Amino acid sequence: MRSMKHLALLLREVEDQLVVCMRCGMCQSVCPLFAETGRESDVARGKLALLDGLMQEMFKDPAGVSDRLNRCLLCGSCAANCPSGVRVLDIFIKARAILGGYMGLSPLKKLLFRQMLARPALFDRIVEMGSRFQSLFIRSVDDLLGTSCARFQSPLGERHFKALAAVPLHVRTPALNAPAGGSGIKVGVFVGCLVDKVFPEVGEAVLKVLRHHEVGVFMPDGQACCGIPALSSGDLESYRALVRHNLSRFAPGEFDHLITPCATCTSTIRKIWPLMAGDLSAEERERVRLLSEKTLDVSQFLVDVLHAALAEGAEETGERRLITYHDPCHLRKSLGVYAQPRSLIRANPRYAFREMAEPDRCCGCGGSFNLQHYELSAAIGRRKRDNIAASGCSEVATGCPACMLQLSDMLSRAGDRVRVRHVVEVYAEALDDNRQS
Amino acid sequence: MIGRALIAEFEKLLGRDNVFADEADRHTYSYDAAVLDPVLPALVVRPTSSEGLGRSVRLCGENALPVTVRGAGTNLSGGTIPARGGVVIVTNGLNRILEINEADLYAVVEPGVVTARFAAAVESRGLFYPPDPGSQAVSTLGGNVAENAGGLRGLKYGVTGDYVLGLSFFDANGEIVKTGARTVKCVAGYNLAGLMVGSEGTLGVFDRIILKLIPIPAARKAMLAVFDDIAKACEAVSGIIADKIVPATLELMDNFTIRAVEDYGHAGLPVDAAALLLIEVDGHAAQVEEDASRVEAVCRGRGAMSLRVARTAAERDKVWEARRAALSALAKLKPTVVLEDATVPRSKIPAMMNSLEAIASRYRLTIGTFGHAGDGNLHPTILTDRRDRAEWSRVEAAIDAIFDEALKLGGTLSGEHGIGLAKSRFLEKETSRATILYSRRIKTALDPKNILNPGKIIGE
Ligand SMILES: Cc1cc2nc3c(=O)[nH]c(=O)nc-3n(C[C@H](O)[C@H](O)[C@H](O)COP(=O)(O)OP(=O)(O)OC[C@H]3O[C@@H](n4cnc5c(N)ncnc54)[C@H](O)[C@@H]3O)c2cc1C
Ligand code: SF4
Ligand code: SF4
Ligand code: SF4
Repeated sequence: MRSMKHLALLLREVEDQLVVCMRCGMCQSVCPLFAETGRESDVARGKLALLDGLMQEMFKDPAGVSDRLNRCLLCGSCAANCPSGVRVLDIFIKARAILGGYMGLSPLKKLLFRQMLARPALFDRIVEMGSRFQSLFIRSVDDLLGTSCARFQSPLGERHFKALAAVPLHVRTPALNAPAGGSGIKVGVFVGCLVDKVFPEVGEAVLKVLRHHEVGVFMPDGQACCGIPALSSGDLESYRALVRHNLSRFAPGEFDHLITPCATCTSTIRKIWPLMAGDLSAEERERVRLLSEKTLDVSQFLVDVLHAALAEGAEETGERRLITYHDPCHLRKSLGVYAQPRSLIRANPRYAFREMAEPDRCCGCGGSFNLQHYELSAAIGRRKRDNIAASGCSEVATGCPACMLQLSDMLSRAGDRVRVRHVVEVYAEALDDNRQS
Repeated sequence: MIGRALIAEFEKLLGRDNVFADEADRHTYSYDAAVLDPVLPALVVRPTSSEGLGRSVRLCGENALPVTVRGAGTNLSGGTIPARGGVVIVTNGLNRILEINEADLYAVVEPGVVTARFAAAVESRGLFYPPDPGSQAVSTLGGNVAENAGGLRGLKYGVTGDYVLGLSFFDANGEIVKTGARTVKCVAGYNLAGLMVGSEGTLGVFDRIILKLIPIPAARKAMLAVFDDIAKACEAVSGIIADKIVPATLELMDNFTIRAVEDYGHAGLPVDAAALLLIEVDGHAAQVEEDASRVEAVCRGRGAMSLRVARTAAERDKVWEARRAALSALAKLKPTVVLEDATVPRSKIPAMMNSLEAIASRYRLTIGTFGHAGDGNLHPTILTDRRDRAEWSRVEAAIDAIFDEALKLGGTLSGEHGIGLAKSRFLEKETSRATILYSRRIKTALDPKNILNPGKIIGE
């Protein structure tokens, strides 16, 4: 370990942002984690104070600070409500990278990120193999939700998880490069690893919707993860490798917009890539800028660019089922996208939309938070589950595959009969009805 | 330092999860919302039962450890900074609403209940708990009572202290003391509740609070009056009061604040206005109509350029959103925000506003002012960067000047934020040497080892 002085110096990079926090404590009212634990180190104010203390060398416990910094969903609820406009997520992400670099990664994470995630082709092969053998280790618990649980004692604990898809999207639909049709628009599709490997049907729904609207598609093979799992664990090296790899697959000149069905990917490419572009070459930085400006969530693209939902307006057919919507933090809080997914759902005449209580409250997943602090993650998720159950809906839609995993786990464990779907699936289904009529 | 044995004792009492001895954890209880230097406590504990709270206080007393009780830590006067080290007792694990009595219009709560949650629970029963500090989304009722917190509705409905019917609290030995009752009238014994309200954790630790509730007013109407001269706005305030109308809320915003709010929220405020008054009247429908038109007449009579009455609930919300955004909007302009709460008799508001302007230019500082004009409680808000040493010393001088000015006008150092650490050295100026000594004698008699929030309010 290098000296504390050196760490304090590194943290100066976030100093200008840190001093903006006036310690008013208003973030306590929205932090889902603080609501569970009531611990000041679990809310933004406490974490910011810890970073400040480290920077000022008031105490010398980088490992303690890092632990507490990692107990965070990175949901952005605090930032979205902060009266001072503290860019909490930017600070946390940068600080995790700084502390991660300072303290070094755990051997397990090193293996996971450097040897697997950061090597997309190998990662794909390992996952394909995993999907072939997983039935030995897991058994199905809920057909409606498609969840499974571990057969034996496992590191996954009590989770009811979605198994890996038998055939990932990149095998079902290899690279595409179709020209713009009637719409005159061509989009790049960034699939994201969860959609590729766990929810390929969501990816297919995206492609179907694009075909329907005669939108050209550029979907290169060999796509890598957007990098957020590595970055939020403080592994700058793997993160950078992933960004570079993706830059090499997506030349910004090939398409008008880059769309993704993953709220986390969208906000990562839009906001985090430019934020963390400091150590890229000038040319790479420019590409990051162009790409990030073109990146849109799929529902935002469909509604704002294609005016899709408005154009449909199909007739009501028969009895309508109740559906509700969970706002992924990365869509609503980071990107301000919340009306578009709702109008996409409303475009499906089979459903009646009903808002649940606290639709924008974090589901508790938070990526690696769910792996490291499962009990807390589940406690936060239960409140979401209770709100969904209380809405009386038979389906819940959302816009992020990570949320889909968490909702499935929570609903499955509670034994609810509520289906979890991506908004784009709901919308794609409406297109079938239209074609028939 | 606190020994391992004592920590183990706390852990046995409260559970390991509720005792924080780690340096990093303790560091997160070293500050509050005041712009003051942090001080590290030796230990932090978080009781989840009344018994745990009392025994924690007793343990501290037996070991002569300073006790700093902490609700949400939103006070603006350093009340929860553990200035003498010792133990911080966090109350947010004591967050049960024990009773809401609709027949007798009172509620019994634990001290860690969040104010807004309580207000909502009460409202869902068709009742009303008026005190609404700007921090209500996170502040606790215990903290509110200990600071005698006020809010936007103070003018007509009073402050937290006006709603405390009774209390039970732990004294410095951890013994339970009870005062007041579940009745509106009670003269049994000394008025200890009166002593405890505003005591900032220096005389006892609240365990239960009995709060008065009232019926929800049937109707309300909000309006926004625009002035091209701040003096005219202030005259309108005096005019409304003199006309014997008591609005629920009567708020003032100066031009700097108006522009900041508009830049921030685009609420459609008139950016060239010198001042705005945001007014709400409530009560029975007929009286609301009459009060509203009289308020309108007074404002026009004192030269309001325009007056907008909210016709719908959405318009009303917009008016109050603008007011609630004031601090946020100002806070976004500079890294450090010093929110003061000097309060003057209402008729002296024009003079105070003038002085604030003079102070801002004398010390070359940016000061945005808004506040509860109706009760004379202004919030001059100094925008600065604490890292700029030269400017910071001008800020400190300006704060002194603001206090001096408020006192000169017959006002007070604090309308609602308390004295804590931040203003304890000024208290003698407002009162007298004898007052401080008298207060210290009370404190010494009740807390001979001086363990309850030592150093706060009356110094040492
Ligand atoms: C953005 C913002 C807006 C604000 N707006 C207002 C406003 O409009 N009006 C207003 O009056 N104040 C306002 N405040 C100040 C502050 O919120 C109030 O003083 C509030 O009452 C503090 O509550 P708390 O739970 O945070 O108490 P804390 O800050 O935790 O504690 C305050 C004091 O109470 C003592 N205390 C806490 N609990 C107990 C207990 N159980 N027994 C004994 N003593 C106890 C503490 O020791 C301390 O001295 C504002 C603050 C902020 C940051
Ligand atoms: S992060 Fe924002 S909301 Fe939280 S304490 Fe700091 S300024 Fe207040
Ligand atoms: S990002 Fe979410 S979990 Fe983390 S501190 Fe902010 S509100 Fe809390
Ligand atoms: S954000 Fe999550 S789902 Fe999206 S690509 Fe990255 S890891 Fe995969």
